[in-house]
Amino acid sequence: MAERRTVRRQLRLLPVVPSVLLLLLFLAAPVLWSFHASFTNAALTGRNARNPAWTGVENYVRLFSDSAFPAAVLLTIVFVVASAVVGQNLLGLLIAGLMTRARKPVSAVVGTAVVAAWVLPEIVAAFAAYAYFSKDGTLNQLLGNAGAAGPDWLYAYPMVAVVLANIWRGTAFSMLVYRAALADVPRDISEAALMDGASGWQRLVFITLPLIRSSIATNLMLVTLQTLAVFTLIWVMTAGGPSNASTTLPVLAYQEAFKFGDIGYGTAIASVLIVLGLVFGIAYVRLLKGDKR
Amino acid sequence: MHRPAKFLAAMMSAAALLATSACSAEQPAAENRTLKIVYQKTDSFTALDTLFKDAKKDFEAANQGTTVELQPIEANDDDYGTKLALALRSSETAPDVFYEDTFKVRSDVDAGYLLKLDGYLEKWADWKLYNEAAKAAGTGDDGGIYAVPLGTDTRAIWYNKKVLQKAGISVPWQPRSWEEILDAARKMKAADPSLVPFNMYAGKATGEGTVMQSFYELLYGTDSELYDQQEKKWVIGSRGFTDSLSFLKTLYDEGLAVTPAEALDANVWKKVFGDWLPQGKMGATVEGSYTPSFWQKGGNYEWAGYAEDMGVAKFPTQRGQEPGGVSMSGGWTLAVGADSKNPDLAFKFLSEALSKKNSLAFTVSGSQIAVRTDVAAEPEYLAANPFVKDVSELVSVTHYRPATADYPRISAAVQEATEAVITGALSPQEAAAQYDKSVRDQVGDAKVLQK
Repeated sequence: MAERRTVRRQLRLLPVVPSVLLLLLFLAAPVLWSFHASFTNAALTGRNARNPAWTGVENYVRLFSDSAFPAAVLLTIVFVVASAVVGQNLLGLLIAGLMTRARKPVSAVVGTAVVAAWVLPEIVAAFAAYAYFSKDGTLNQLLGNAGAAGPDWLYAYPMVAVVLANIWRGTAFSMLVYRAALADVPRDISEAALMDGASGWQRLVFITLPLIRSSIATNLMLVTLQTLAVFTLIWVMTAGGPSNASTTLPVLAYQEAFKFGDIGYGTAIASVLIVLGLVFGIAYVRLLKGDKR
Repeated sequence: MHRPAKFLAAMMSAAALLATSACSAEQPAAENRTLKIVYQKTDSFTALDTLFKDAKKDFEAANQGTTVELQPIEANDDDYGTKLALALRSSETAPDVFYEDTFKVRSDVDAGYLLKLDGYLEKWADWKLYNEAAKAAGTGDDGGIYAVPLGTDTRAIWYNKKVLQKAGISVPWQPRSWEEILDAARKMKAADPSLVPFNMYAGKATGEGTVMQSFYELLYGTDSELYDQQEKKWVIGSRGFTDSLSFLKTLYDEGLAVTPAEALDANVWKKVFGDWLPQGKMGATVEGSYTPSFWQKGGNYEWAGYAEDMGVAKFPTQRGQEPGGVSMSGGWTLAVGADSKNPDLAFKFLSEALSKKNSLAFTVSGSQIAVRTDVAAEPEYLAANPFVKDVSELVSVTHYRPATADYPRISAAVQEATEAVITGALSPQEAAAQYDKSVRDQVGDAKVLQK
């Protein structure tokens, strides 16, 4: 009997096998390869291209003495916190909250408009954002019509422009997550709170938010990881410039690995990016666990 | 974690799907008689595409059973280099014949990507027709020839005669020193403040254009250089470097060039060729000998009046010292992959593609400077545009970039220095000091020379 039960239990794991294999193949393998390459002098051309040598932590030593590196880490964190954690997340929650109260047609129109940006391929969204923020772009034309002269956004405020563009592009995801979460909040609880005389603000803080806490953590984790990896948007809009003012870690890694052909150094930067993702990830997992006390 | 797990699984399967479809898009086990040709193609550069299509037709007709598979890569120069290098890394994806930038030849030979062609060239009658400078362009560090040039280029000042005349400058115009450039530019600005009098690229957005069509014309006209060929070391701390940056600063600070924001737009050159020069809103710019190809019939910015309105001048040295002018040359070659399964056939295709007929057509439509003496003597080449003679003569004062594996980093450091200066982030002295530091960081103290 016991044996048959273990067999059955093992059989139950069978459907998971393909996804685990795929995870190993497409997630773990490249990550491991990247870590490995970061300890070598692998290159796209030159003597090290065919026979890269093991150089230990040399790439990391060089990285930590590179003046461009701390700036790129800081810009990456600013980009993630401003556009994902604050921007996409809060705006998504706000829109989702308003949509649950709005009339059906209004919420359908708003929902479609928000999701449209998300459905666009990244390269198309990036060009649209470039056209919007560039000197003679839509934004400055609108400002011009209102009688104000806009600055050259991509040149004067590159980080503001890419942060806004990423909020525009990614908010739909948070909105969808929170729409689903808010729909799951039992009505009777908030109604009971209402009867007890709780204000709207109190109901939000003490009832709704704690109930959707795990959705918040899940959403934060996903938008953070997505935003950490954003490359196309920044590359098309500013290419990391002017004077590296919008060079985040993915842009820096791309430049090193592909523009200068230094794969080893580029993968070292990518590895730092992975570690940064892990730090954020662990923080959110803690938030999730706290929920199950 | 229910939802993210599902999401992740969906993402993974999507990735798997993509991966399999990418695999199936590749050619099934290439049969022995297939040649894979990789080259660059863009909206504004189709001359090479035409050349290979013609060569493919002729070659397949003459060699029954051979398939020539053309694989154009649509990308700018930087991205083309990256994609090519990625393809060359594995023998599975490496092309048989490919289009290769002259300044990458040496480092790609080091990487073992290129086949040595000496044995083939000895037997190829046309090789004797190539001029010596062109032969040197495809030479590796070991003295062997690894690539055959398609053409070369030079750089000059292209000016709009009407704009200059309006400012009271007589044409043909030939400045003798940097000071004379500034004088003329200031006159143009005074005559029409809405003009861009004299443009020189700067910043990282225009990439190699910043150094090839701007900074090196300045630097090589001082008594300094970028790289000491004898010592095989990079030169730092030179007076000429700071002077060159100061010149750019003057141009940008006085509003004689485009605004810094325009300079940092990677597409600024399109406005130079497409709008500003044809519309008489720009006095002059430093650009390559290929400039007329944009304005010729069939070019991207067709402009019938260019032959009359435009003039070309030699870029002067700093104080007019010998040899009186500066130009920069690059150029592209064709090479055979070291892993080619049919090297004989590949070279045969290369020589077919570079036949006199094909070379002439490419040189004319791409506004290239001929590297074959028989092509250079053709009336059709000499009549291709009114400037062929002027820009071809610049070969006597031209310079080539140091083709070492470190070069792309050095170039990027120079571009960064120009960007810092024109945006006002650093003074020329500070930017030069930062350049010195990054060169030291990149290549190591043993490979720099303080001058």
